[in-house]
Amino acid sequence: MMVTGVTKRISAIKFAHLSPDEIRKMSATKIITADTYDDDGFPIDMGLMDPHLGVIEPGLRCKTCGKKVDECPGHFGHIDLAMPVIHVGYVKEIKRLLQSTCRSCGRLLLTGEQAEEYRKQRDKMEEFGADSTDTGNVAKETARDAAARTTCPHCSTVQLKITLDKPTTFREEGHKLTPKEVRERLERIPDTDMISLGMDPTVSRPEWMVLTALPVPPVTVRPSITLDSGDRSEDDVTHKLVDVLRINQRLRENRDAGAPQLIVEDLWELLQYHVTTYFDNQTSGIPPARHRSGRPLKTLVQRLKGKEGRFRSNLSGKRVNFSARTVISPDPMLSINEVGVPVEAARELTVPIHVTERNLDKAKEMCKRGPIPPGPDYQPGVNYVIRSDGRRIKVTDKNAETVSETIEPGYVVERHLMDGDIVLFNRQPSLHRMSIMAHEVRVMPYKTFRFNLCVCPPYNADFDGDEMNLHVLQSEEARAEAKVLMRVQEHILSPRMGAPVIGAIHDHITGSFLLTFKDSKFTREETLKIIEKIGEVKLPKPKVVGGVDYWTGKQLFGLILPQGLHMTFKASICQKCQTCLKEKCEHDGFVVIRHGRLITGTIDEKALGAFKGKIVDKLARDYGPDIARHFIDRATKLAIGAIMIRGFTTGIDDEDIPDQAKREIDDAMTQARMKVEEHVQAYRRGELEQMPGRSLEETLEVEIMKVLGKARDTAGQIAGRHLGLENSAVIMARSGARGSMLNLSQMAGAIGQQAVRGERLSRGYWNRTLPHFQKGDLGSEARGFVRNCYKSGLTPTEYFFHSMGGREGLVDTAVRTSRSGYMQRRLINALEDLKVMPDGSVRNTAGTIIQFTYGEDGIDPMRSVGGDPVDVDDIILTVLGDQGELIAKVQEKGALSYGIQDRDLMETPTDEGGETEQEEPEFESGGAGEEQ
Amino acid sequence: MTTKNVLEVFTRKGIDEKTAQKLVDAGYTFTKVARASDKVKRDIEKLLGEKKLKQLLEAVRMKERMPRKKKEKPLKKPQFKKAELPTKAAEPTPLEAKMIKMLEKDGKHLPRAVLNDISTRLEGVEMPDKLLHKVLDLTLERFGTHTVDPNESVGIIAAQSIGEPGTQMTMRTFHYAGVAEMNVTLGLPRLIEIVDARRVPSTPIMEIHLDESAEDDLEKVRQVASNIERTSLIDIADVETDINNMEVVVRLDRKKMERKSISVEEVMKALNKAKGMKGLAEMRGDNIVLRCDEPSYKKLQRISEDTKYCPIKGVEGIQRAVIRRVSGHFVVYTEGSNLEKVLQIEHVDRKRTTTNSILEIYEALGVEAARNAIIHEANRTLEEQGLTVDIRHIMLVSDLMTNDGDVKAIGRHGISGRKSSVLARAAFEITSTHLLRAGITGEVDTLEGVVENIIVGQPVTVGTGAVNLVWAPSGKKSEGDLK
Repeated sequence: MMVTGVTKRISAIKFAHLSPDEIRKMSATKIITADTYDDDGFPIDMGLMDPHLGVIEPGLRCKTCGKKVDECPGHFGHIDLAMPVIHVGYVKEIKRLLQSTCRSCGRLLLTGEQAEEYRKQRDKMEEFGADSTDTGNVAKETARDAAARTTCPHCSTVQLKITLDKPTTFREEGHKLTPKEVRERLERIPDTDMISLGMDPTVSRPEWMVLTALPVPPVTVRPSITLDSGDRSEDDVTHKLVDVLRINQRLRENRDAGAPQLIVEDLWELLQYHVTTYFDNQTSGIPPARHRSGRPLKTLVQRLKGKEGRFRSNLSGKRVNFSARTVISPDPMLSINEVGVPVEAARELTVPIHVTERNLDKAKEMCKRGPIPPGPDYQPGVNYVIRSDGRRIKVTDKNAETVSETIEPGYVVERHLMDGDIVLFNRQPSLHRMSIMAHEVRVMPYKTFRFNLCVCPPYNADFDGDEMNLHVLQSEEARAEAKVLMRVQEHILSPRMGAPVIGAIHDHITGSFLLTFKDSKFTREETLKIIEKIGEVKLPKPKVVGGVDYWTGKQLFGLILPQGLHMTFKASICQKCQTCLKEKCEHDGFVVIRHGRLITGTIDEKALGAFKGKIVDKLARDYGPDIARHFIDRATKLAIGAIMIRGFTTGIDDEDIPDQAKREIDDAMTQARMKVEEHVQAYRRGELEQMPGRSLEETLEVEIMKVLGKARDTAGQIAGRHLGLENSAVIMARSGARGSMLNLSQMAGAIGQQAVRGERLSRGYWNRTLPHFQKGDLGSEARGFVRNCYKSGLTPTEYFFHSMGGREGLVDTAVRTSRSGYMQRRLINALEDLKVMPDGSVRNTAGTIIQFTYGEDGIDPMRSVGGDPVDVDDIILTVLGDQGELIAKVQEKGALSYGIQDRDLMETPTDEGGETEQEEPEFESGGAGEEQ
Repeated sequence: MTTKNVLEVFTRKGIDEKTAQKLVDAGYTFTKVARASDKVKRDIEKLLGEKKLKQLLEAVRMKERMPRKKKEKPLKKPQFKKAELPTKAAEPTPLEAKMIKMLEKDGKHLPRAVLNDISTRLEGVEMPDKLLHKVLDLTLERFGTHTVDPNESVGIIAAQSIGEPGTQMTMRTFHYAGVAEMNVTLGLPRLIEIVDARRVPSTPIMEIHLDESAEDDLEKVRQVASNIERTSLIDIADVETDINNMEVVVRLDRKKMERKSISVEEVMKALNKAKGMKGLAEMRGDNIVLRCDEPSYKKLQRISEDTKYCPIKGVEGIQRAVIRRVSGHFVVYTEGSNLEKVLQIEHVDRKRTTTNSILEIYEALGVEAARNAIIHEANRTLEEQGLTVDIRHIMLVSDLMTNDGDVKAIGRHGISGRKSSVLARAAFEITSTHLLRAGITGEVDTLEGVVENIIVGQPVTVGTGAVNLVWAPSGKKSEGDLK
């Protein structure tokens, strides 16, 4: 089974036509009877299931090659057609040929010079690297030109107009041409003229496009299924071939018996129909052939075509062994490059071990344990042993001992998965390369795959029922590649924008926020609880307050930073004040790290988060993936430790606001409503001033939207005044863990205007949205303004409007996924062949240069610093080092260390929160089922 | 055709003048001869004699041989003043020049952009040469580690990087930045449009800048805007059909005309030039009347319709022009787009005026401009949605689309349909057609791409699949080496 050493490579595949002679020559048997099996259930000789065509039943041997199932590839048979029949796939081609060649002498309807000219043109184009589309166009032009001629330049025959009656009937000035006549004409076309018409005479002859013999595919291609009841059910292709045979038989009999021309012609047409549908059952212009049940048959073209066709589902994508799939769940105690694999799965998935003298004892020992090793601790056993001759022996409890004894170098032992094995882990849809990454196995109890939460963003996974796949690598080369290229830590930085895709989310951010915000203090006991999981560290000197030792959260966080790290950036809680107080920020939003110690600032989304985490970014790029991985692992544990010490919960009372504030919001809402009413009145009176380029109605809508938008904001502000950082929901929103202040103001203040297609709601009944309102009411309530908040609850009409807005969001998502999926498929297909050559240019596989230097500077986006080739600030500061004077001078000019850049002001929306304003997080698409 | 023309045709076809004159006198034209039946040929033979007839027929054949090429309209050369093109890159600043020199001495190279980055930060800072050298060294070192690896499959990475955020994009249309009245397609539909190389974008928009002499002068800007905006007759007049007298009466609205600075003469000229109504319009008092020249109601109705939508002024395809003030200067935004025509209008700044129609840019300014337009439009679309995608990915897509001189779509009609591999094409779309055609032309698939190799089950030709690792054990010594 194992092939070692040089592997063969197919260098090219040439496409060509089969001539009728070749069809007959390669045929294992001629098929003449339409019947398949006789009464005893044996295949009939010269029937469609003739044993010469290959074997499908285990145990039997092929009559042609003598091999067994799986070994015999199957053999073609053939049907001799009583009358020639046109191949549907080539009708257009045949039409072109008939029109552009002489009806009597068969030559191209162009003078020699003209044809030569076209040929030269084509040769020249080919010389300049034209593809088949271009040369095809020249051939088409040649044909068009030839078809325009009315007399043959060679024999002066006047040409008649040939038309095509779809799908397969040719007419010459109304007179029907039989396939036989068509074939005769095609036969007359000389080889030289074929070249002008874009055909290759070495691989094909025009008359072969009119079939006289039909190849019958081997039975392995169309296996019959035996149902439980013992009945046989034949493949669609077999059914179709039966039809062809039956009509072919009748046609031959009738013709030979000298039946009236009319009957023969009818049968001939019927044969044409069957052969046509045998090739393509979706030919336009004819009804598809149907199964007895009324289902259209899946014939040859249908087998190849489309998403479920051979190409896309069996050739471009293949099914594999050594894979597993189950539900996923989180485990913060795992490293980001680990994956927890259930014992049950680990015992099924195996790794082949090539036995050598060095690992002989180990292999024997493992094999001795059998397929289900005993003992409380997990130990890998062996499922199969493959002998040197390729025989596979299943290891069972009973034979484990004996099999183990027989093992010798050269054997392959398929052992169970064990800790440290490299596997590939994947979640669909696999939109980018981070959707498949290599993890190290940790075999664990229970039945889910588990991984660190920081790896959720690249997979876009959550735990509401998502399932993921796992693949076990089977060769050393694959393992080596996976280890070097595909491990999780190699993918911390995304090639999309050169920023981390792996980083803290949700509670990890909240945790690190709680740990480091302002001067949070932890007692010795608490401190030890927090840091116990991060491994050995040297605790800094504690702060003593009132005789008790305390450690600040900032001190603790500094423990996991590399010694020489210097960074300065603004945290996510930064209020974007007019003048930045920098280190003295009263919100603790200015992060300064010196010599690997956190001096000021809060560690939140901007420091650790996926997509934005600056520390993660810097470590991954400048310190290498392993240090970054180690940092993320330990940061996870610190954050979890801190959040567990402090405790964290959020509930409906987080949206509580004082009655006074509620009244204020109410007032604001009433005012807004009145203002809208005023606008409407003004409009009715015709006093509204029209905006340039807008109709009066549009102007009114704009004005109203403005007023209502402002009202929502006011409500949010009023509510926000009473929501401080002591509030859990606010902590989450401000630190970037989850939710936004907008979400909060919708929960505590007011939900605001609902919109469909960016406009106020207007459809439903005639001139009104709901029967609760007057016809033509343009007021705020009547057009979908929700003045309540989620907490206070919605009125029935508000609820209905809210649902309308929500529905639009759902429809939008559904449409979007399919559209963007297709776009991505097209992009991938167009770009897949491009690669960087050793000289730095980008070329496709044909060798055409697409770019002389990749990206004009040859920089890998993944390694770039947010798109820039190098981090100039960092370089200058590194070089200047202790030259304080110069640093000050440079800093005066605004060159600061890593981090504070204009693009920070541009927010990257998180995966789910990035919707338009009116959207609310409550509408998660119907659970896990849809996403898979 | 005048006689002279007929004659000319004959002579052009290589028939001597005398013969031609004879033929013309007998009432033949070249086409008549070309289509001559045998009987007519005999007539001609009588006229000319056998030898001449042969010559003539040969000439006719020649005509047939040369397929009449579609006459390509020669592009009207716009009467540009010599445009001052900006030099590609600014002269290096003294500091940049210094750094370039330093690098040259070491035989190294860094892109100008990087040097510029350094120099903006260090300008005015008295850097000792030694330190500057150190900065350059470190930059070179980091630059080196940040370059792409050979054989990296940058195409797939680019496709994924653009495709993946597609799922996060919105599908709605938005108001144009700065111009609230105009809607533009943004988000996913726009991105698809760009990648499709659609001929006309769903919301074509132009941003027209004016040259220095006009961009601050509102009056002039208005003038230009009204010259650009398409005005039909119906916009400045009422059109009535008088069935009794078989005429169309145009009642001009002087006020509207004044606002758009259109004179009656212009209207008359436009109407008289319009197709199918040449010379029908005449002034009658304040109104313009078009008399129907045939006693046919159908024709009358057609005239009426044609009159209503008769273009008086402006550029074809531009429905609306809006003036906005952007950073102190006036800019004209238009709904609808026609770059080629707009660029020819006086006062339009040809350097800064742009459109979101990529094909128009291609036609007016060429592929390189189209390539930049694709990059710019795609980048803007993504940025607007708050998605960061490295510009290099977009550049690669754009470079591929414009690789062979014109703009090709990503998809079955463009790049994918022109792949050299049959299997790759079949695996994408329209499977059967590609396979059947391959048989006729005897195509050979050399299995150089990615899908083809996956289909036949071989390692692909990009990434680690592009290289071979060979280890030649060096005989007996190898065992010792292992230790």
